Amino acid sequence: MRVESFLLESARRFPDKTALVAGPERLSYAELARRAGAFAGSLRKLGLARGERVVIFLHNSPEAIVAVFGALLAGGVFSVVNPGTKADKLAYILNHCTAKVLVTEPRLADIARAAHERAPAIAALLMAPFEYAEAPPKEQPGIDLDLAMIVYTSGSTGFPKGVMMTHANIAAAATSITTYLESAASDIVLSVLPLAFDYGLYQALMCAKVGATLILEKSFTYPAVVLEKLKSERATGFPLVPTMAAMLLQMHLQPGMFPDLRYITNTAAALPKAHIQRLRQLFPGATLYSMYGLTECKRCTYLPPEQLDLRPESVGIAIPGTEAYVVDDQGKRVPPGVVGELVIRGGHVMKGYWADEEASERALKPGPYPWEKVLHTGDLFRTDEAGFLYFVSRKDDIIKTRGEKVSPKEVENVIYELAGVREVAVIGVRDPILGQAIKAIVAADDGVSERDIIRHCSARLEEFMVPKHVEFRGQLPKSENGKIARKELAAA
Amino acid sequence: MKHDICLAVRRFISENFLFRDDGDAITHDASLLDAGIIDSTGVLELVSFLETTFGIEVQDDEMLPENLDSIRAIANYVSRKLESSKIQMVA
Repeated sequence: MRVESFLLESARRFPDKTALVAGPERLSYAELARRAGAFAGSLRKLGLARGERVVIFLHNSPEAIVAVFGALLAGGVFSVVNPGTKADKLAYILNHCTAKVLVTEPRLADIARAAHERAPAIAALLMAPFEYAEAPPKEQPGIDLDLAMIVYTSGSTGFPKGVMMTHANIAAAATSITTYLESAASDIVLSVLPLAFDYGLYQALMCAKVGATLILEKSFTYPAVVLEKLKSERATGFPLVPTMAAMLLQMHLQPGMFPDLRYITNTAAALPKAHIQRLRQLFPGATLYSMYGLTECKRCTYLPPEQLDLRPESVGIAIPGTEAYVVDDQGKRVPPGVVGELVIRGGHVMKGYWADEEASERALKPGPYPWEKVLHTGDLFRTDEAGFLYFVSRKDDIIKTRGEKVSPKEVENVIYELAGVREVAVIGVRDPILGQAIKAIVAADDGVSERDIIRHCSARLEEFMVPKHVEFRGQLPKSENGKIARKELAAA
Repeated sequence: MKHDICLAVRRFISENFLFRDDGDAITHDASLLDAGIIDSTGVLELVSFLETTFGIEVQDDEMLPENLDSIRAIANYVSRKLESSKIQMVA
């Protein structure tokens, strides 16, 4: 199944039902589909051909959802980029996937234009709000083996990697997830997660698939405003990351304030046990799903809710229709209790990283069938006797902060650009709200201040990548081969 | 008094959030959220600054854009809070 047909099918079944509520706007399925069709028509008019890339650089908004489905209806491939991205990185992404169209909004126009100037393949910069005057394309946009999206994610090399997902990949993931969440057309899902984050994007895709209503918020900056909406819109689903859960638990909320809430979900990092307990007290009628995944297959595992009391620290079992198991360095499955790498099999496993065969080969290895590739996650896991999975650690140094993955290398590269910096190591330190906070340990000439480093990073990196702490040292510890011993610093 | 609150808030924001070179140009009425200056964890830092500096208690349901999303809104909010606590003390 192709992904745009999620929307078209729901528009056929429930034309007058509310598909999307965003700020003051409420769009029916028929209207959302009409806008996506018109947007596709304008992409075609601009010359977008089948398989060409459309980069969507927008805050959470109706236009962002329209652009996602419109790009697919035009036969194109979309990539949603975090609106906090700065010009250098946006230009890198535009050039990396040789995007043909960049979609943005007035608030982000300066950054978009600066990146556009350095991306010669861009044929058009489309500025929201759109006009929706074109007729939708008449011809079929393609088949479900076609590439649908590229999701840029932090790579350990310091450059973002583009995870490639076909329509069939997305349909497989969305089918599996909506199965265990028991999603239905009666659901009303409130999401504050950015659409650039696959967890946020899938809220929109899965709502369209089952004909549910999506309440799309721009952020969780003002929790009281979001919670008021959760109540007034009678939301039934509320996806969280641990940072949001920590913020909710700091508020003085009355248990049972949200009687319509059917489920809450958590992913991106594990919830502390105490938070799980308190969330369940706060939302007594809602089922809590603890989940785990990575962009390369969207989602790996979920903990069936009835296991939450028995195994609060487990990330559960493979999502329906897929397999998740632990292997040793030779790729052989290991018995319960033994730590090894988590491997994922299923229709949701990505096709590789865009224009990066080496990294693709490291992540995707031959599977049980000659035509099949399985995903080596780079995450160390073990299982218990009953087969439930437990996260142990990452094989690489990726830091999880606010639910976002940050490559220490990417931050270090930026800090090294600052004159006077001799050595730098970026690590994650424990933080009650962020999960991990970014800390830079720096050896620099006199005159380089903490403020200089943070200012320099803020101008070049997304907000969540900017160090919260800076520590100066005369020099940094080294390993035997002379490399900065980041692991040693992180363990200290 | 409002003027002093504005100055203190502006100083806090420039020291903690305004790392961009164009940052000092922020006007009293600009939306801190729209300008990308404050995000969800930034608001928490701002609130704890207001509580410790001015001795006020920011209630959950007061954490709203109309109270916190510009320097002027913050100054108005803080001076309202200070006024009401003064009245309570007198009473």
